[in-house]
Formats: sequence, structure tokens, C-alpha cells
Amino acid sequence: MTGESPREGTVIEAKGLTKVYGMPRDKAVSALRQADERRRDAIREAGGFLAVDDVGFSVSAGEIFVIMGLSGSGKSTVLRMLNRLVEPTSGSLRIDGADLAALPQDELRRLRNRKINMVFQHFALLPHRTVRENAAYGLKVRQTPVKERMERADWALRRVGLEQWADSYPHELSGGMKQRVGLARALATDAEILLMDEPFSALDPLIRRDMQELLLQLQSEDRRTIVFVTHDLNEAMRIGDRIMVMRDGRVVQCATANEIVSAPADDYVTEFVADVDRSRVLTAGNVLRPPLVTARCGESPAEVLNRLENVEMNGIFVLDEAGRILGVATDEALAGALRDGGATIESCLAGDYHAVSPDTPIVEFCDMAGRHTVPIAVVDADRRLLGVAPRAAILAALAAPKKVRHA
Amino acid sequence: MPELPIGEAVEKFTQFLQDHLGGAFDVFAAVLMKLVGAVYTVLVAPHPLLLIAVFAALAWLAGRRVPLVVFTVLAFLLVASMRLWVQTMQTLAVVLVAAVIAVAIGVPLGVWAARSSRVSMVIRPVLDFMQTLPVFVYLIPAVFLFGIGVVPGVVATTAFAVPPAVRLTQLGIRQVDAEVVEAAVAFGSRPWQVLREVQLPLALPSIMAGINQVIMMALSMVVIAGMVGAQGLGSVVVQSVTQLDIGKGFEGGLAVVILAIYLDRLTSAAGARDLTRGRARRRAARSDAPARHDRVRESVTTA
Repeated sequence: MTGESPREGTVIEAKGLTKVYGMPRDKAVSALRQADERRRDAIREAGGFLAVDDVGFSVSAGEIFVIMGLSGSGKSTVLRMLNRLVEPTSGSLRIDGADLAALPQDELRRLRNRKINMVFQHFALLPHRTVRENAAYGLKVRQTPVKERMERADWALRRVGLEQWADSYPHELSGGMKQRVGLARALATDAEILLMDEPFSALDPLIRRDMQELLLQLQSEDRRTIVFVTHDLNEAMRIGDRIMVMRDGRVVQCATANEIVSAPADDYVTEFVADVDRSRVLTAGNVLRPPLVTARCGESPAEVLNRLENVEMNGIFVLDEAGRILGVATDEALAGALRDGGATIESCLAGDYHAVSPDTPIVEFCDMAGRHTVPIAVVDADRRLLGVAPRAAILAALAAPKKVRHA
Repeated sequence: MPELPIGEAVEKFTQFLQDHLGGAFDVFAAVLMKLVGAVYTVLVAPHPLLLIAVFAALAWLAGRRVPLVVFTVLAFLLVASMRLWVQTMQTLAVVLVAAVIAVAIGVPLGVWAARSSRVSMVIRPVLDFMQTLPVFVYLIPAVFLFGIGVVPGVVATTAFAVPPAVRLTQLGIRQVDAEVVEAAVAFGSRPWQVLREVQLPLALPSIMAGINQVIMMALSMVVIAGMVGAQGLGSVVVQSVTQLDIGKGFEGGLAVVILAIYLDRLTSAAGARDLTRGRARRRAARSDAPARHDRVRESVTTA
């Protein structure tokens, strides 16, 4: 989810994308030459509407890039500029390095058919065609022979779990199933880029979760480049590698889910973040602290016990030369060893601790906090101790940073 | 108040058309005459009983409803027994030809108007004009240009019947879900593909309603066209009015009503057929829907 985002190469590169509605293009372009803060007013005075204002971003191959914002924030307009359903007023857009604005109409249609597909909020299925025919629509436009087209459509329907419904009509399906057809239609064409316009917003919450999971599962199988529009930050955080937050046609913040929650760019984002399930977004890495004390193997129990008493703790991580955790020594075990005399610290080791990697979401380990005498250990792939996640730090991270109040 | 000689101008224009394009109008009239004649010949060639059977079969195919079939058989038997069969077929021939021409003009025009708001803006007042101009007024220039007989009847009827075809086609196409059209474009369809595969099929109920209106308009006009010498039920009615023959007038009127009801039910049933077919299938699907839903959920959770 919030793991490392693949950066094999930029697929979509947008610079200064701007869209003005309601006025001729040349007039809009000259009004846009105004100074930054004045252009919105200049456009409004001229009777136009600045829907998207100087938006730039890039999307890497195999990434799920989420555009998030409330209605009217310009997110759907940005999405539609990526396949030129909406022509940008100004700005440049490159798909795999090719300038989209320079494409002649037939090349553009080819691109839409083969490279960039789209999934719609209200499914946009053809009501007079069967589910199979709907799934095959892109291939029909491509003039693929009927037999091949239908086989491919059946394959796509199987992937979304709808093969038994191939001969039904859209009105016989539930909302979630209709959107599966919408997905299958895009899968069937084998396009590398998928534009998704609030695809799950019209579905009820349980189905929405199913669909998000389906999308993530499909994505783990073929690594498409996905641009996903939503107004639901939880959804954005769940599926997005990176999230671009928009407001009034501008980009407010563009970062990973974790960065947005832990360092919101402004009050607007903070307010959004207030509703997010922080335990699923924040990870062990966010609550990492250096351990107060650790012990090395070979140290004497008396020495270690003394150190523990100083910080008033009941247990200590014992590390080897490379910093890997050997185990935990509790004060009781140490005291026992001291009483018996001469024992080394190794004889006091126990496995009573819980270790997680830095990118583990808090939700997966917060129930373990406080179960042991030592805090939760955060370790790297070689089980070297990076730090600890004390209970207090976990609680502090889960509490929202500050409440923004509006009268 | 200055006097505007609009009437004079229209008169001059008609005269101009007749003087300079008279030949073209003659050819057009001849073609139209042949067309109506051909349809009429086909309609009166078989025995009335055979044709009634055909009408009944059409009624069954359109709606699959027994009452409509029964009505069709009884009503046309009544027409035949009133000895108005030939006149009714003459009227039907004119209505069919006029309606086909009106649809052929009206539907493309409606498509064009739906795609361009400028065209729509120009067409709208013209349609208003055509629909509200008293119907008799159409007859005068038609007679002037095409002479007496069935041709001016067909021309006037067509002119009168075009507006609903344009309007309802335009309405139907504009009402097609914008997102579905967008989806077709987003998958690389050409404009004509969008029109053929998405807009026209989805606008079909509205277009069918338009065709129904065209036929009704044509039928109402065709009686009036009887005044200019078009044979058929119109001339029956006109004659009985001039002779104050109540009985004959009523019979002629009744035949018109029967023809109107039949054509209306036939076309509206054909227009609604898609809907009822869908409903029947939905009902069938619902009965085993829960089980299939579960199967889908299952395949997802196990995936």
C-alpha cells in the first residue's frame, strides 16, 4: 500500500495543465497571462471559470496515482485531459514522451483504444448489449474478429469474477457487478494506462471494499499505470502509491499517504486527514524511537541490571555485534542470574518481544504494545534493531495532530 | 403603419418556383405518383381477408398481445363491410409514403440538430412555424406546384408530419446518458460509431415515439388532402360534407378512426417492445438471482 513506489520510468508527465470553461480559448489564454493570484479573478470577470489551474505531476509505470479532492476541485477535469476528452486550455502533457496535444485525431483514437482506457463513476455500460459485448467494446472498436473478441472478453470477465453473467444485460446486475464489467472492458483491451473516475463512489461501503481489493489484486498481477480519482481519502490511502490533493483547481499536496498523514501541507489537508484511519496509514517507521538502553552479548548481568534500574525499565534488548536482536533479558532473569552467580547474560535471554518492519501499519501491531516488558522492536530485513515503538509514541501518533474548527 | 406585402412575396416566390423549376416539380410529382401507386397496388392486389390476416400478424409481432390482434381483425372486417376497403387502402398508401419520406427527412435532421446547438437554434422556429401554420395553408402552394390529385396531398402531408420526427429524434439523442457517450469516445470510437452504436440505439424509444407521431400527423392531414382531389377516405368525407350525407360521412370518419388506432397501437407497441422484453428477462433473472450473487461473492473472496 504505502510501500516503495516503483519508479521504472515516467509514463505520464503533465506540466502547467490549465482548463478554462465558458470562454474562447484565445481570450482565456490572454487572461491567464495575469499574475498568479489575479488570474482566477480575471477569468471570472471575463465570464469564464478556471476549473484547473497550473497542475503538474508525473506518474511512473506501474504506479497507482490518486487524484483526490472534493467536487469542483477539478480532479475529474484533470483526468479527462489525460486522454483529451477535455482539451487543455494550456499546459503540456506527455504520454510515454509523446506530446498528446500534437496527436492528430486518428492517432488520438488509436491511443485511447490501445493505450489509455477509462472506468467511469456510473459504469457507462451499453444497456442494449450483453455483459460480454460490453466487455468486448474496445476490441469491437479495434475491429478485432468476433471470435477472438469474445474469447478475450470472457477472459476479462473471468478475471473480475463475472463469467457466469456474460449473457446477461447490465440492468440485471448490481452496482458492484456493473463496475466489474466496466473494469473488464478496460482489462480486455490490455491498455497500459487506466484512468478511473471515482469508480467506486456509487457503490455501498462493503462492495466498495471488495472492489478496492479486486483492483489491488489485479494490479499485483499486471502492474498497470493507474490514475484514480476519488473524493474519499481513506480510499486514496488504501490504494494509492502517491496521492495528489486538489482544491479549487490547484494542487495542495502531492505525496505518499504516509507523508500526507504525518505532515499535511496545510489546514485544508489537515482537516481531510482528521477523518482518516491513521492506524492503517502510519507505520512503525513513524513512531520509531531510539531505544533508551540496550545490552551487548558478553556483558555481565550486574552491569545490565544496573543500567535497567537507572531508566526504571523491566526488560532490555540484547544485541549481537552486528546489532541483531538475540533476545530479551528481563530484570527478574537478570536478578536470578546474579543470585546464582557467574552466569553470563546469554543464559537470561528469552523470546518475549514483538518485532515489526518499519513499513508495517500500526493497526497490525498496536494490540501487541504493552504485552511484553520491552517495547515493540522495529527491525530491518536482517533483524537489526532500528529502534523501538513505545506505547506512548503509538498513542500519540494515532491521536489527530490538531482539530481545525470552523464556525 | 407601413404595409408589408408578405402575401404578395410568397405568391411571387411560388410563381417563380413554378416558372423556373416547373420541370423539376413535374418529375418529382411523377415519381411520387408512381410511388403511391405502387404501394396502393400492393395493398389492393390481395383479397381483403388475406391483407387483414397480414395486418393481424403484424399486430401480433409488434406487441404479442391478443387484444390488439382481435381488434385488428374485427375493425378491418368492419371497414371492408362498409365498402370502404379501397378508399382505406388509398389513404393508407398516402400515409405510408408520406410517413416514410417524413422520417427519412426528419430523423437525420434531428440527429444533426442534436449534435449542433446552432442547427438546433435555426431549426426550432422553422418547426414551430410548420406545426402551427393552419393545415389548409399547406395545400394552396402544393396544388399550385403539383396540380390537383394525390401528389399535393402527399407533399402537404409530409411537410406537416416532419416536425415531430425532428423533435423527438433530437430529444432522444440529447437524453442519452452523457457518460455512456463519453465511454464510447474514451475507447476510441469515431463520431459515426458513437452515433450508430450508442446514440441511435439508446434514442430508439424516443425516435419510435416520433415515428408514431409522424404517422398520426400524416393521417390527420390526409383527410384534409381529400379536398384537393386526393382519392381515399378524405374524398369520402369531403363528398359527404358537400352532400350533407350524414351516414356516409360517419362511415368515412369511422374508417379513419380505425386506421388511426391500428397504426398508433402498432407503432407504439413496436417502440415499447424493447422495454417489455427487458422487463420479462429481469423477472426471470430475479428468480435465481440470489444464488448467482452468492457465487460471485464467493469467487471474489477466494480469489
